[in-house]
Amino acid sequence: MSITSPSSPAPLVWTEDLSVRFGGRTVLNHVDVAVHPGEVVTLIGPNGAGKTTLVRAVLGLVRPTGGRVRRREALRVGYMPQRLTVDATLPLTVRRFLALWRPVPAARIEAALEEAGVARLADAAVQTISGGEMQRVLLARALLSDPELLVLDEPDQAVDVHGQAELFARIEHVRRHRGCGILLVSHDLHTVMARTDRVVCLNGHVCCHGRPEDVSRHPEYHALFGRHAAELAVYLHHHDHSHDEARRVVDGHDGDCCHG
Amino acid sequence: MDDFVLRALAAGCGIAALAGPLGSFVVWRRMAYFGDTLSHSALLGVTLGFLLGVNPMIGVMAVCVALALALVALQRRRTLAADTLLGILSHGSLSLGLVALAFLETLRIDLMAYLFGDILSVTMTDLGWIYGGGVVALAGLALLWRRLLAVTVDEDLARVEGMPVDALRLAFMLLIALVIAVAMKVVGILLITSLLIIPAAAARRFARNPESMALLASVLGVVAVVGGLMASLNWDLPGGPSVVVAAAALFLIGSVVPMRE
Repeated sequence: MSITSPSSPAPLVWTEDLSVRFGGRTVLNHVDVAVHPGEVVTLIGPNGAGKTTLVRAVLGLVRPTGGRVRRREALRVGYMPQRLTVDATLPLTVRRFLALWRPVPAARIEAALEEAGVARLADAAVQTISGGEMQRVLLARALLSDPELLVLDEPDQAVDVHGQAELFARIEHVRRHRGCGILLVSHDLHTVMARTDRVVCLNGHVCCHGRPEDVSRHPEYHALFGRHAAELAVYLHHHDHSHDEARRVVDGHDGDCCHG
Repeated sequence: MDDFVLRALAAGCGIAALAGPLGSFVVWRRMAYFGDTLSHSALLGVTLGFLLGVNPMIGVMAVCVALALALVALQRRRTLAADTLLGILSHGSLSLGLVALAFLETLRIDLMAYLFGDILSVTMTDLGWIYGGGVVALAGLALLWRRLLAVTVDEDLARVEGMPVDALRLAFMLLIALVIAVAMKVVGILLITSLLIIPAAAARRFARNPESMALLASVLGVVAVVGGLMASLNWDLPGGPSVVVAAAALFLIGSVVPMRE
């Protein structure tokens, strides 16, 4: 199964038959995903579906036990983790935090903070800012590498509803102005449907993928996410098939429950 | 002032200056117990040094590095929590050092001097080791400063940015091993960690950035050394423990001083 669209240019990053096992547990099973320049790909799926593991494999933080992760040569990646706490004993301003990762001129730090909408926090101690503000700072940090691919792991988790809308507007702005590809993990179906080019539903394997409007019209989408799926921020993952230990699909499906 | 007092002051101040920045990292990285474990193994290194006929400091460095590597390997297996592993290695290696020492009947060394330091017996050779090792350690730390801070803040982010995280961690352990080797004579292996963490902890409240905390930790360490040494000479107290008591007193004073915001 391939998820690359034939019309698009070469992907920034893609996985080939990627499998990851921790101990005896298969977390990712024969996964193929790709992110192309300028597109937003969102990973959704229940807890323990392997979303974060897939992101970490794409970033090179987890070694595949099968298959591989391939990147465009010299790809510049900006990573925004789920959360980050700096030890209280380390005196560090936001400005200084941003300067730790690569030698950057002060003007670029100001510009990145401006772009993420947190210029006023430049001199605040990183331990004193709120979760939502930290998310913005982490976005600014990811922008400093001038990324071709932005990887955002649940950017909506530490943020309230208002903050989420604003954060996603920022991300959308970044995508439009920089033309970078974005790989996003999200819990929030509502946002996913509004802001995404392609949705990949993960549950160990890729069980569903496609354009959001197509996926949402698909009868199996409702089977997956329930009748009020579009309104649900937190959803239950229903399957019309079951998985055995190795997370292989054991009934009539070949692993794809809906296609866009 | 007598020569031995001047040498003691020079040795203590050199170690305190070195311990400021490195101790700040020990505090930021929450590695106080790790530092303790490494320094407890130093006695084994001293014994090995005598056995092999090399400088005890070389023996200490070698054992510290071996222990650090063993710890990294054990942590990968994730069967025991880090503090349990540290406890096993710390007390295991200290006892092994004591046992090995007992076997060497021909060797007459002053055990108390190694455990609690003997700052008043510092020789010019010791001073050479302290300042030579200190310059190397500080130069190494300055070179790796930004990247070590990045790894301290978040290892995953540092990895994604292409930093050699494992190599940086190993380099930091080597720096700590170097400090332990040269500081052993001054404060003793049981008290080395206190010279690393107490001045740094005392400096935290007054620091606005990592560099000022490191620098202030060095200054406070020097004050503790001078104060402790003077007290030791005046009242005939043990040198190493007096320095540590002075540092702890500075920490206490620092934590009750009112701060203007």
